Amino acid sequence: MKVYTFPSLFRLFYRYRDLAPQLVPLSYIDKPDVKLPYELIGSMAELKDNPFRQRIAEVFSEDGEGNMTLDDFLDMFSVLSEMAPRDLKAYYAFKIYDFNNDDYICKSDLEKTVNKLTRNELTPEEVCLVCDKVIDEADQDNDGKLSVEDFQHMIVRAPDFLSTFHIRI
Amino acid sequence: MNDSDGESEAGEAASGKKKRDKKASSKDQKEAENKEKQTNKKGKEQDKKQKKSPAESSSSSSASNSSDEESLSEEELTRLKEQVEEKKKLISTMRNKPWRMVKKLALLREAQAFVEKFEGALGKGKGKKFYAYKMMMAKKWVKFKRDFDNFKTQCIPWEMKIKEVESHFGSSVASYFIFLRWMYGVNLVLFGLIFGLVIIPEILMGIPYGSIPRKTVPRAEQATAMDFSVLWDFEGYIKYSALFYGYYNNQRTIGWLKYRLPMAYFMVGVSVFGYSLMVVIRSMARNANENTGDGDDNNFTFSWKMFTSWDYLIGNPETADNKFASITTSFKESIVDEQESNKDENIHLRRFLRVLANVLIICCLCGSGYLIYFVVKRSQTFSKMQNIGWYERNEVEIVMSLLGMFCPPLFETIAALEEYHPRIGLKWQLGRIFALFLGNLYTFLLALMDDVNEKLTEEVVIKNITHWTLLNYYNSSAMNDSAVTLPPMDPADMPRGPCWETTVGIEFVRLTVSDILVTYVTILVGDFIRACFVRFVNYCWCWDLEAGFPSYAEFDISGNVLGLIFNQGMIWMGSFYAPGLVGINVLRLLTSMYFQCWAVMSSNVPHERVFKASKSNNFYMGLLLLILFLSLLPVAYTIMSLPPSFDCGPFSGKKKMYDVIQETIKQDFPLFVAKIFSYVANPGLIIPAVLLMVLAIYYLNAVAEAYQHANTELKKKMQLQRDEEKNKRNNKATTSSAVQDLDDLLVPSAKSESQPKPTEGKTYERDFCHSSGQLHLYFPSVGPANTPTLRLPRARHAFLSPCAQVSPS
Repeated sequence: MKVYTFPSLFRLFYRYRDLAPQLVPLSYIDKPDVKLPYELIGSMAELKDNPFRQRIAEVFSEDGEGNMTLDDFLDMFSVLSEMAPRDLKAYYAFKIYDFNNDDYICKSDLEKTVNKLTRNELTPEEVCLVCDKVIDEADQDNDGKLSVEDFQHMIVRAPDFLSTFHIRI
Repeated sequence: MNDSDGESEAGEAASGKKKRDKKASSKDQKEAENKEKQTNKKGKEQDKKQKKSPAESSSSSSASNSSDEESLSEEELTRLKEQVEEKKKLISTMRNKPWRMVKKLALLREAQAFVEKFEGALGKGKGKKFYAYKMMMAKKWVKFKRDFDNFKTQCIPWEMKIKEVESHFGSSVASYFIFLRWMYGVNLVLFGLIFGLVIIPEILMGIPYGSIPRKTVPRAEQATAMDFSVLWDFEGYIKYSALFYGYYNNQRTIGWLKYRLPMAYFMVGVSVFGYSLMVVIRSMARNANENTGDGDDNNFTFSWKMFTSWDYLIGNPETADNKFASITTSFKESIVDEQESNKDENIHLRRFLRVLANVLIICCLCGSGYLIYFVVKRSQTFSKMQNIGWYERNEVEIVMSLLGMFCPPLFETIAALEEYHPRIGLKWQLGRIFALFLGNLYTFLLALMDDVNEKLTEEVVIKNITHWTLLNYYNSSAMNDSAVTLPPMDPADMPRGPCWETTVGIEFVRLTVSDILVTYVTILVGDFIRACFVRFVNYCWCWDLEAGFPSYAEFDISGNVLGLIFNQGMIWMGSFYAPGLVGINVLRLLTSMYFQCWAVMSSNVPHERVFKASKSNNFYMGLLLLILFLSLLPVAYTIMSLPPSFDCGPFSGKKKMYDVIQETIKQDFPLFVAKIFSYVANPGLIIPAVLLMVLAIYYLNAVAEAYQHANTELKKKMQLQRDEEKNKRNNKATTSSAVQDLDDLLVPSAKSESQPKPTEGKTYERDFCHSSGQLHLYFPSVGPANTPTLRLPRARHAFLSPCAQVSPS
């Protein structure tokens, strides 16, 4: 079982290059240090409609700002592909939804997630109710926020996780 | 001398083990090399060099290490082996580690270099060169397999098309197309079987058209045989072609290959069902495997909604808009459910409404069944009349298609009375449509059976007529007193029996074709014309056509899937009597794929409520399996009990169709095989075998239930343990009442000091042990040393803490 076949690796590289042909050289023999800024990554067809694209780019980029090298790019699509193992996806999903990067998904992270998902159409009380319910359901150690273990424990049981946390490119 | 011999022996043993391990992990190594290639991808030439160099370096390293052989002692050898194993394990699990790509690559290169440097050293002694050669061959083989897999993946048809549909409409609509593609594959295999083993031999090696009565158009029909209207009804030249059962000759062997056509026809008919059964069940088993681990369905509703509802595959703003809206609605619904979960509605009213709805629907189903029966009976009387119009000829098909078009929406409106949860409502709807189609199909079949029986009685009459006609023909020649023997009668003039099998085949082909036409026309009118109308007339219409009625159509997944399943059922039923039917179906599926993809992309809008495709796949497979069994029954019945026509088809002249097997066994196999079969066919043997199978099913069922029971028990235990840990960490009230009492006894200071800080996950238990040790230290101060209460702390300690072995005394 492989993550990528040869033809799709080519496709990935050319997609990366198409974002900025003048910045990305054709040959990587000398290991050039090329980083594409977040604006280019976020404008890709597969990502531009995703409400979490900024977080995705930030999680997979080296500098944490969303500027990605080719390695980061490949890493990102490798984790998001069909063949990546569930635990790996769960780990990265946790990092994506952890907006303040404190290794816990706290209530403010949850609120941001809900608002991004519904484009701010729920009332604040409804948002609060939803976040409380989530913490109630998934928090195992009762610290009022979700740790990595809580999140993984909850997400590996979800029937849709693998099919929705998946980008085909 | 002795030492080196001993070493080389150990080395050979080690290398033997190494070879085995190597074979197991060479694939991983190839994967690891693949990863390395990911970054060196840019220059293509680079890859080729890369591919060659590991093979070269391994052989060169093994050659260069020959001088080191003697210097490695046994402990060093085992230590080296362990290290190599460790590195290999690292390489194989590298993919799962959540590190940065740069770090992974650095570690990977280091590990690979290490493995390649030293594994050559482990192949010592005489087997070294052979070992290196074997390594190289293993690597080449793995590479070849990988290239072949790549090639196979590229060969999967329509992948990009389905991806496009998926990104616009979500995974549920795409699942219909994936199902369609799967059906196409199955049908292609069936077509290959039938075409290659039945149709082609008869056409190539059988006697040609026009030479015997069954292969010629009768004189009476020859005038109109080429007319389009006749051909459209599958009469005329088409009826007397290899597409239908009646064309095949009953010669036992044909051609120089001595190909046994009747036997082949029978076996292909049986294997069509066998293969379909195998493929469907294999697919169901695969789906079932993916669905295991269901368990806590209700525990994480909101969490799952929050983290798994966004479909990352969406790449289109319109779909994204719909998805946002559907997520919002879904959250609102769940919130309302949560707030009103205890609200009790009028149960009696709801039950009454549901019963009423079911009664109405059963009435509809009965009504439609009777209508079909009536129409089929009428068509039989029509076929006896002359001058029948186009409507009378196609009445049956028209009525069935109309029913299929209008009843499902009717069911949906009646089902609004029931107020079920949408997913349950959908299952009821699918079940009802299924019953509708089934009822129609079986009524159709019953009417067909009447027709067949009629034809059978007719046949006896015609057989006599044929006999007398031939007799008269030859007698008349004798009376004319010519010494020359007359040529045999022109095949077109022979009186022909009413070949019932061909009639049945024609009926099925007609039904299939009309079904195809109706589907395509529905899509064209219902989706495309409607979309054009809404788009262009909207400018000059009173109300907003796009938002209100009729607006754009949504892709009806369940209707289409059911249509596909029923179509396949008809193919299965009809393929025994019309071998060409599968070919027609293959063409239909092929054009359907392109046509429906185009229609979906051009005239449909994504669903308001995006349908979750994950769990329903096995439901459709289950329906397919049911249809397969149901379509097997009529065919099996006719094969077993009806006599074949006397003058058409590969079984003509036999008493029953399955006699062909007996004949083959008697004539083609040696004598003892016939004896064996006659013993095996004895009811005394078959009944115990059936009994044994029933018992085996019962036993396996019991075992499965036992496993399920054990599963639930384990889950309960895990839940209990989780609850215990949860409470331990927070020193809340535990499940044990004794401990609760103790809780109350505790001095508040002891309690506050024993609160563990929940900072690290893994060290909880250690913290608690530590703190409970403290607790214990405090206990002497709670009460006098010799009171029984002192025993309670130890009990608590033992009860709660897993590290109870830590005795504080």
